[in-house]
Amino acid sequence: MTEITKLTIAEARAKLKEKAFSALELTNAYLEAIDAANPELNAYVAVTHDKARAMAEASDRRLAAGEGGALEGIPLGVKDLFATEGVHTQAGSHVLDGFEPRYESTVTANLWADGAVMLGKLNMDEFAMGSSNETSYYGPVTNPWRARGDNKALVPGGSSGGSAAAVASRLCAGATATDTGGSIRQPAAFTGTVGIKPTYGRCSRWGTVAFASSLDQAGPIARDVRDAAILLRSMASSDPKDTTSVMQDVPDYEAALGQSVKGLKIGIPKEYRMDGMPEEIEKLWQQGIAWMKDAGAEIVDISLPHTKYALPAYYIVAPAEASSNLARYDGVRYGLRVPGKDIIDMYEKTRAAGFGREVKRRVMIGTYVLSAGYYDAYYVQAQKVRTLIKKDFEDVFADGVDAILTPATPSAAFGIADEDMASDPVKMYLNDIFTVTVNMAGLPGIAVPGGLDANGLPLGLQLIGRPFDEEMLFRTAHVIEQAAGRFEPVKWW
Amino acid sequence: MSVDIATVKHVARLARIAVDDADAERMTGELNAILGFVEQLNEVDVSGVEPMTSVIPMEMKKRQDAVTDGGKAADIVANAPATEENFFLVPKVVE
Repeated sequence: MTEITKLTIAEARAKLKEKAFSALELTNAYLEAIDAANPELNAYVAVTHDKARAMAEASDRRLAAGEGGALEGIPLGVKDLFATEGVHTQAGSHVLDGFEPRYESTVTANLWADGAVMLGKLNMDEFAMGSSNETSYYGPVTNPWRARGDNKALVPGGSSGGSAAAVASRLCAGATATDTGGSIRQPAAFTGTVGIKPTYGRCSRWGTVAFASSLDQAGPIARDVRDAAILLRSMASSDPKDTTSVMQDVPDYEAALGQSVKGLKIGIPKEYRMDGMPEEIEKLWQQGIAWMKDAGAEIVDISLPHTKYALPAYYIVAPAEASSNLARYDGVRYGLRVPGKDIIDMYEKTRAAGFGREVKRRVMIGTYVLSAGYYDAYYVQAQKVRTLIKKDFEDVFADGVDAILTPATPSAAFGIADEDMASDPVKMYLNDIFTVTVNMAGLPGIAVPGGLDANGLPLGLQLIGRPFDEEMLFRTAHVIEQAAGRFEPVKWW
Repeated sequence: MSVDIATVKHVARLARIAVDDADAERMTGELNAILGFVEQLNEVDVSGVEPMTSVIPMEMKKRQDAVTDGGKAADIVANAPATEENFFLVPKVVE
């Protein structure tokens, strides 16, 4: 039964409807695959065998009755950042030890309401802070991709590294993920999967552990563009429980696939051509441009002049918001408590033991830039720069550009415990150089595989769209996918 | 701008994270690397630019001022490390 884990969501959905196999059989096939592979890949931090089977059986009953939602019987993995009722929810952190929320996040509740089955919780960088999944308290995730002729373990990217690795290695049909600076698109690019960060406000943030509230946005990682469209339609909603959730109907994203891109204006921003960018990334970008041109799109050179300031502005705004959001982990209401001689000592010891190095670093930066005397110099300055970054995009969209095409990452996946990255936090941060602008401006962005590099590792292209025009991204990404084909790792795990 | 060890210890205190001298020294280097990186923002001319306050311009949703939730004290304290009769227990804070 392992073959059925190779089906996309769209394919499995059709087979379930025609009763080629049951939802329970499909779920069991995935559970078997997880149990066999997880010791190698470490993609899951909790596997919910019993819950998965019970949900699958309920799906089978609905399917037998000719009922069933858009994702009926489809087994999914959930990033550990989403609150799942009665199930391990620790955001990859030691400080949330044992936390099992008494409520369900809006995004996951939407998926279950559509009939999806939960396989378990997926590994991630601690509190979504990282680009390699190495900051997780549960240890790094191993990328199912390896360079040709090399057994070296590579990172799957981060922070949604577990989600991307699980989708690429067929340990779930699709996964939820979140993206604050590139945490959906960078791991998707590193694993040959498709990941979309929708417009800020499209998916409810309610019940998602907060990192940087003005940047955080949930989205899916999937095997192909169609599956990403199917998943996003279910995940997105208008939620009265999130004040920044947009009150707009969710369109049928799947309907955008196959629509012609003839006459569309695709912008190519010159500022994304970075010094020292590997030749292969440039080649991939040119290939993407050629594909869009062949499909009839008009290619226009554009300028986004404040691009280089997005990453430094992000490293003020995101840590500032994180230092405030993470103040709640105090050893009182949930998770870890380390005893102290008084309450302050208890707080300080709990947070020292509970947070990893990267999280501490960001909380410290955030606390510093918000502290008396520095607020205007750092935080206000960064928020002004952010206004300018957003205006760059508004200007090109006002000129009639329909979508912007860029590389998704400045390199392919790198090794676990890479010394260069470990010695300099800024080097790791540069992974998000092409993705972070999109979060700063609140726009939607999709990463879609564009090909393999000389070592046989996947590389991704990114398309950026107007606010709430995810349909344009599915439409254009589908054209790339049709031209590039799909990429799967050779199974070694 | 850069920070020294005394500042790092002060910030750690504000952030309620216990640090020893070795931690503080290491963090000083790391924080200065990041602060050095963000320094380039000062090049940007921001005169007349409003700081961003809302990513997507929208009116804040409002709802009726009414109780819509509650009566679940047991759920609220269910995950707490120490509780007694639906109260959170903390070390003594008043003498």
